[in-house]
Amino acid sequence: MKKPGPECENCQILRRIRKYTKIDYTMALVGNPNVGKSTLFNFLTGMNVRVGNWAGKTVSKIEGFFEFKIQDQKYTIKIIDLPGVYSILSFTPEEEVTRNFLLLGSYDIAIIILDATNLHKNLILVYQVFEITSKVILALNLIDEAKRKGINIDIPKLEQKLNVPIIPIIASTGYNVETLINQSIQIIQNKKKVEPIKYQFPDKLQQIIDELQNDILTYYPELKNYPALRWIVLRILEGDKFIIELLKKKAIKVKT
Amino acid sequence: MKFEDIIQKAEKYRVQYNNTFRDKIIEHMYQEIDNILNQVVEYKKNEDTLSKIEKYIDTFLTSKVGGIIALITLLSIALWITLYLAGYISSLLTSVFSYIETLLLKFLTLIGLPKLLISFLIEGVYKSAALVIAVMLPPMTIFFPLFTFLEDLGLLPRIALNMDRIFKSVGVQGNQALTMIVGFGCNAAGIVSTRIIKSPKERLIAILTNNFMPCNGRWPLLITLSTLFIAPTLATTQSPLIVSLLASLCLVLAVGIGLMFTLVLSLGFSKFLKSFGSFYILEIPPFRKPNLIRIIYTSIVDRTLFVLYRAVYMSIPAGIFVWIINYFNVSKTIVEYLDGFGKLFGLDGVIILSYIIALPANEVVIPAMLMLYTQAKNLVEIDELSTIYEILKVYGGWDWKTAISVMLFSILHNPCTTTILTIYRETGSTKWTLVATLLPLAIAFSTLFVINNTFFKIL
Repeated sequence: MKKPGPECENCQILRRIRKYTKIDYTMALVGNPNVGKSTLFNFLTGMNVRVGNWAGKTVSKIEGFFEFKIQDQKYTIKIIDLPGVYSILSFTPEEEVTRNFLLLGSYDIAIIILDATNLHKNLILVYQVFEITSKVILALNLIDEAKRKGINIDIPKLEQKLNVPIIPIIASTGYNVETLINQSIQIIQNKKKVEPIKYQFPDKLQQIIDELQNDILTYYPELKNYPALRWIVLRILEGDKFIIELLKKKAIKVKT
Repeated sequence: MKFEDIIQKAEKYRVQYNNTFRDKIIEHMYQEIDNILNQVVEYKKNEDTLSKIEKYIDTFLTSKVGGIIALITLLSIALWITLYLAGYISSLLTSVFSYIETLLLKFLTLIGLPKLLISFLIEGVYKSAALVIAVMLPPMTIFFPLFTFLEDLGLLPRIALNMDRIFKSVGVQGNQALTMIVGFGCNAAGIVSTRIIKSPKERLIAILTNNFMPCNGRWPLLITLSTLFIAPTLATTQSPLIVSLLASLCLVLAVGIGLMFTLVLSLGFSKFLKSFGSFYILEIPPFRKPNLIRIIYTSIVDRTLFVLYRAVYMSIPAGIFVWIINYFNVSKTIVEYLDGFGKLFGLDGVIILSYIIALPANEVVIPAMLMLYTQAKNLVEIDELSTIYEILKVYGGWDWKTAISVMLFSILHNPCTTTILTIYRETGSTKWTLVATLLPLAIAFSTLFVINNTFFKIL
């Protein structure tokens, strides 16, 4: 397979950064377990890895750093390998960590990694992440494996359906990873607008959501343009204590 | 609108919807996903032959019988290769070390150090470190890459899936098998890895039983004793190929014994502890071509050198301790004092004392035993494995029964201090830490007591 994609002839990943003065961007890796999240993480960071625990949880927190060069511009990027999860409804400590980070953590983009051989199971997480943030990009991993298994994915069409850039990659060889990072930076810098689709609820449910959404806005008007507002309404409908508490304290960080 | 009112309203809707929002939404999402994927993904019938073969292998490995056969065969082969090759490297290493020792001795005498200090440095510090390296390094450099290779191939998750059937029947779940495999490397690491088990009860059981999987610190002892004592007793020829094959089967059996105790205890605990179980999701990753450089790097740097560093680091104080008690002639008194107790279980005073010294690290058991038997001052040149055999047989009066007793004790006895600390950190409970420490010890002693007073009496 050919090396870096055509859009990224002048990009380069520099793994062994000696020191950095400031971090330009933070990227979070999200995905189901075993989709190659860590493989991609290792490919990007090489040896610059920091492992710790998430506060109060027995879940490993893995962070790494790398530099990315587009033409002559160098960026220092921090990358966080979030725990692999199937959903973020917070049944397990991992789901809680991932969800809370996506909701409250500081990051510039969420890179969702998909297993091309198993899209059906992966997309449910994608939909849930779309509800929380619109700074997203999809990395379609294991496309070689999918090809071998006779699975043919119409990427442009899927891209159009989800309205989010999808970059096919092979994390183990690093194929097309430069393009993925380049595109991520384009999105962070607002050079590329992303507006992930929000799925349509049945009408009756949507009515309830709308009603509560308006109620919340009268109580907490700062949330007006908050991308995860609808998701928060859903959580409240389900009686999620953590979210209710956040809302009560008005502790949601609204990025502008 | 007041906040409480909003929550109340949400509550009202929730009751009205019978608490089924989540299911409704997920169901709805899946419908939409199916809808999209039907338009986007196309499955071609013509898979290539390779993935067809993979499917066959997968069906075999995840079947009831096939998986167990594959597991036993692969483990035996990996151990066999290890044992067969380790002997050569080990004797090479020991001759290098004894050469260095002569040089070191000459050098220390030349710079005019007092005799006592030289003896301390050579017998106490150098020899114990050298012995640990010579015994531990060879099996590790061969076994770890092989193990990582199997890991990389994608075989281990399939084994765990298989194990789930067995583990479910004793009330725990298959992920425990994965933590046990990690425990093969190091029990402390195995205990940390129980984090993958979500149910608190099942996780606790996995923590309490992880110790029954022999770790790196114990592999060398098991390998050495089965090669020296068990295999030659069983074998009719002295061909190294046959002896190493028999020895590796012994080791598989040893692991089997550890597994048996794990299952029995798990069953007991799962009946005794009351809590909810958890669901088990295991994804079978595709078979992947292992990356040789990565295998060598992770197994040599991450595992071998790390474990070896720890072993040497722990063995030096132990060596110094043994040298001191030997020097002041206290060791004899202690050993005699412990002898009667040890004899009850088919062990002796030296073995018991060695295990006490090796509390911080199991790696030190063999060197400590050798130094105690020979009283260190006249420690014979250990240039080959056969010397270890001589010492244990002549000074210790060992036979295959002693070897079996020591091996069983090694598999079943209490975890090392690092592991105990890890258990404390992970459970946060003094009670469970004590159980995890004392229960295996009690099991080890009672098993040995029973065996030595029944089977071994008759034989």
